Amino acid sequence: MEAAYDVVVIGAGVSGCAVARELSRYDARVCVVEREEDVCCGTSKANSAIVHAGFDAQTGSLMAKLNVEGNELMWELAEDLDFKVRRCGSLVVCTDEQSRPGLDDLLARGKANGVPDLRIIERDELKEMEPNISDAAVCALWAPSAGIVDVFGLNIALAENAAQNGVEFVFNAEVSDVARQGDGTWLVKTSVRDLRTRCVVNAAGVYSDVIHNMVSDDKIQIIPRKGEYMLLDTTAGSHVSHTIFMLPTKMGKGILVSPTAHGNLLVGPTASDVEDPESTDTTVEGLAEVASKCALTVKDVPLREVITSFAGLRAHQPGHEFIIGEVEGAPGFVDCAAIESPGLTSCPAIGRMVADIVSSLLGLVDKPDGSWVAKRKGFVTLEGEPLDVWANLAKRDKAYGNVICRCRHVTEAQIVDAIHRPLGARSLDGVKRRVTAGMGRCQGGFCSPKVMEILERELGMEPEDVTKSGPGSELLVQEGGE
Amino acid sequence: MEQRDIVIVGGGPAGLAAAISAFEQGTTNICVLERDVQLGGILNQCIHNGFGLHTFKEELTGPEYALRYVKRAQELGIECRMGTMVLDVSPDRVVTAVNERQGVFSIQAGSVVLAMGCRERPRGALNIPGFRPAGVYTAGTAQRLVNIEGQMPGREVVILGSGDIGLIMARRMTLEGAHVACVAELMPYSGGLKRNIVQCLDDYGIPLLLSHTVTRVEGKRRVEAVWVAQVDESLRPIPGTERRYPCDTLLLSVGLLPENELSRGAGVELSPITRGPVVDEHLQTSVAGVFACGNVLHVHDLVDYVSQEAAAAGASAARYVQGSDDAREADKDVARIPVVAQDGVRYTVPSSISPDLMDDKLTVRFRVGNVYKDRFVSVYLGEERVSHRKKRVLAPGEMEEVVLKRADLCSRPGIDRIVVKLEEE
Amino acid sequence: MAEERRELTCINCPLGCLLTVTISNGEVVAVEGNTCKRGEVYGRKEVTNPTRIVTTTVPVDGSATERMVSVKTASDIPKPLIFDVMAALADVRVKAPVAVGDVVLANVCGTGVDIVATKEA
Repeated sequence: MEAAYDVVVIGAGVSGCAVARELSRYDARVCVVEREEDVCCGTSKANSAIVHAGFDAQTGSLMAKLNVEGNELMWELAEDLDFKVRRCGSLVVCTDEQSRPGLDDLLARGKANGVPDLRIIERDELKEMEPNISDAAVCALWAPSAGIVDVFGLNIALAENAAQNGVEFVFNAEVSDVARQGDGTWLVKTSVRDLRTRCVVNAAGVYSDVIHNMVSDDKIQIIPRKGEYMLLDTTAGSHVSHTIFMLPTKMGKGILVSPTAHGNLLVGPTASDVEDPESTDTTVEGLAEVASKCALTVKDVPLREVITSFAGLRAHQPGHEFIIGEVEGAPGFVDCAAIESPGLTSCPAIGRMVADIVSSLLGLVDKPDGSWVAKRKGFVTLEGEPLDVWANLAKRDKAYGNVICRCRHVTEAQIVDAIHRPLGARSLDGVKRRVTAGMGRCQGGFCSPKVMEILERELGMEPEDVTKSGPGSELLVQEGGE
Repeated sequence: MEQRDIVIVGGGPAGLAAAISAFEQGTTNICVLERDVQLGGILNQCIHNGFGLHTFKEELTGPEYALRYVKRAQELGIECRMGTMVLDVSPDRVVTAVNERQGVFSIQAGSVVLAMGCRERPRGALNIPGFRPAGVYTAGTAQRLVNIEGQMPGREVVILGSGDIGLIMARRMTLEGAHVACVAELMPYSGGLKRNIVQCLDDYGIPLLLSHTVTRVEGKRRVEAVWVAQVDESLRPIPGTERRYPCDTLLLSVGLLPENELSRGAGVELSPITRGPVVDEHLQTSVAGVFACGNVLHVHDLVDYVSQEAAAAGASAARYVQGSDDAREADKDVARIPVVAQDGVRYTVPSSISPDLMDDKLTVRFRVGNVYKDRFVSVYLGEERVSHRKKRVLAPGEMEEVVLKRADLCSRPGIDRIVVKLEEE
Repeated sequence: MAEERRELTCINCPLGCLLTVTISNGEVVAVEGNTCKRGEVYGRKEVTNPTRIVTTTVPVDGSATERMVSVKTASDIPKPLIFDVMAALADVRVKAPVAVGDVVLANVCGTGVDIVATKEA
């Protein structure tokens, strides 16, 4: 039987979608299978959302290389695909003089990794840059190339652009088996349908070990590493203006305090290894740790302004290195596994690297001249924009006059757009990730019923079928059902 | 730019009462801006009875109470623009809003009344650990779903927080066929009205677990269970007291927060205690010509008090635009006496008073910080106690008031503070 | 029969007075703790024939603004009949236009009390 696809990518997180988008340059049949109902539902949605400068990873490692490359590529990608990034720079803060050599080591490593413009700044300059920095701060490593990104925006932009260029997406499709067929093609069995393909890319995040181990005797192991966070209201969003890391001391590793691309303040993460790759639940201990540790680098963090907390799992493997490449003994099966931090920063580079591997394996050729669309128009944001932008939109389309999410100023027009885009939103969370409705201080208290109604109307759904985040997360119960 | 004597932000009970009062004071060029498609605000979903005993001497439901004000505003011909979201109020009282008909538009207002109401504290503000599945609702969102949309958010329910909306929803969900396993309250006392505990919980055998909290939410996609534990005196869960309640829904009634984003944008000074504007005897904020009333000023327990307060704010706004520039300038320099909340009294509204400008009588509203039995509510003008009233019970869930007389203040020139406090004798 | 004393919280108004009702030989002999006449009436009634106002919603057809209309019992009904009243309303739908006070269901459960609309639709 002839393969229907040239490439099946497993996983629609940032890695999978970056690979898909790069592959969409080629004249190839590409399909992304995703177990959840939407893109950006696993590790990609719950992390620090930092574009790391690249001084952390071991010099010479793949992580270091892809981090620095990814950082360089991110800004142009953001222009092409119109998602939010901000090059706010990062500071690694040293809070005791004895630890200063550690900062020097980071500086040296960063330089060796090719990170531009790194330097150590002293207390006075630091205070000037960050008035709320802890009084214990001694000095800091300043990395102006670091930034913050809207992770949802990035992931969705990659996916939408891939879809624009012909990549197919299958959602709610959990992969149960990947097996090489007698003719050298691969059969990917999913809960939706089976797909036959010439090549498989394993971008399954915390499940990338499970997928890898289906095809290889050289087993890998992912140990999900939980990170818990608290997100503060935009009223606290300017408490710091750069991403603040703590230089690890004998007191521990510390957590980051950072503005976000949506104007909030993020504090976290914790780091605890867990067994269950589903355990994205927050814990009493974890949240308490976040609350206490943020004070190590930043003073007076207004924790009263917390609007939500969440936990994400990093796809950590004991070797602490990305696993990228064709798997030995499994021709056509390409790992994009163990993508933990700085995986988000690296994804533009990971996409290129994996696409190069696949295209040389399959001998792919570019799409005919001019038929690949490199750019994509992002979602309209009204919050914080000059009011004449809004006024002009409202003149053209009255749905821009109907504010649905009052906290983040999201109108009906934006929500309808989020639903009807390629790979449009199908749930409350899908709408939230695309246009921020429900992401504000009331956390959807006021707008949820309205967004549910718009989803019903636009998708022709019954109220009982509207979900928070896909099947099983229905928001209402049947009328009269016991 | 469009000009109006008074622009009122919000068409709920506060905004409507302010508009009617201002109109009756002779300022008729008024515009009410309401974000919902209907006037009446949150009262439209409060279908239970118990409203209006003070105002109308009868017991009305929320929609009926709202309708009386809506009808009155219509009779007077007060312009109300619905579906209109105010985006900005500037310090010089330019109100910018958006709606479907006009798009983005601005109005130069002679005075502004802030009447945006409040919102519910969401789960995230409590840091309840666990998953974030469907089935966690604030009580008010559930109330909207049931009473406005005719939809059921769940069948097996645990409620955290014993605020009035939570108590009301315990009964409402029960009447609609759901089972409410318990209402857990972190504090050793309820934040709701006693009558609601009797007729919403006791009537239906729903246990109220005081000094309890939710320690964990189970269920990755939809709520499957919540864990409830007893807390110690410092409100920390006591190990070993956790109990698992299988359920599909967790409702939260854990506090209301005044919605003051617009006030902040206008440069209005906010109280860290009420989270509402700091106001004077005319309910004027720190920004001249900008007044505040209702739940945006401080969270009320009864809508009747909202209506009274809002009528005062509306009258003040009318007085402001009717006065001359000279009079307004003179008002700015008038002597003010701070009102100090002490010994169990958490705050007062207003927080400063000018004896020269106040009416003959002025209602000062406040809340207490704990449950007190057999205490006296005392008012001191300077060092002299002028009022001393015994209360059998005082509770944080219920708003209290004292009335100050202008004559008392004017007859004591030179007093530097007005103190409202609780005393044991 | 011995004298019995029952503690109640008055639900007439938000004051929530703590009432002590003394019952002797099945007769209410005293109500204490009330601050108004209504409290005494409530105290007497609550221990002999407790009643409640029931409020709920019914669906409305043909309204441009509402899916549901809120309703109430026009006066209080015996407390044990609350769920019977809810059951009697389970299949009731109304047609717009609806005015406040319109009878949605007359003489609910034989109580002599009507269910009336509390909202326009």
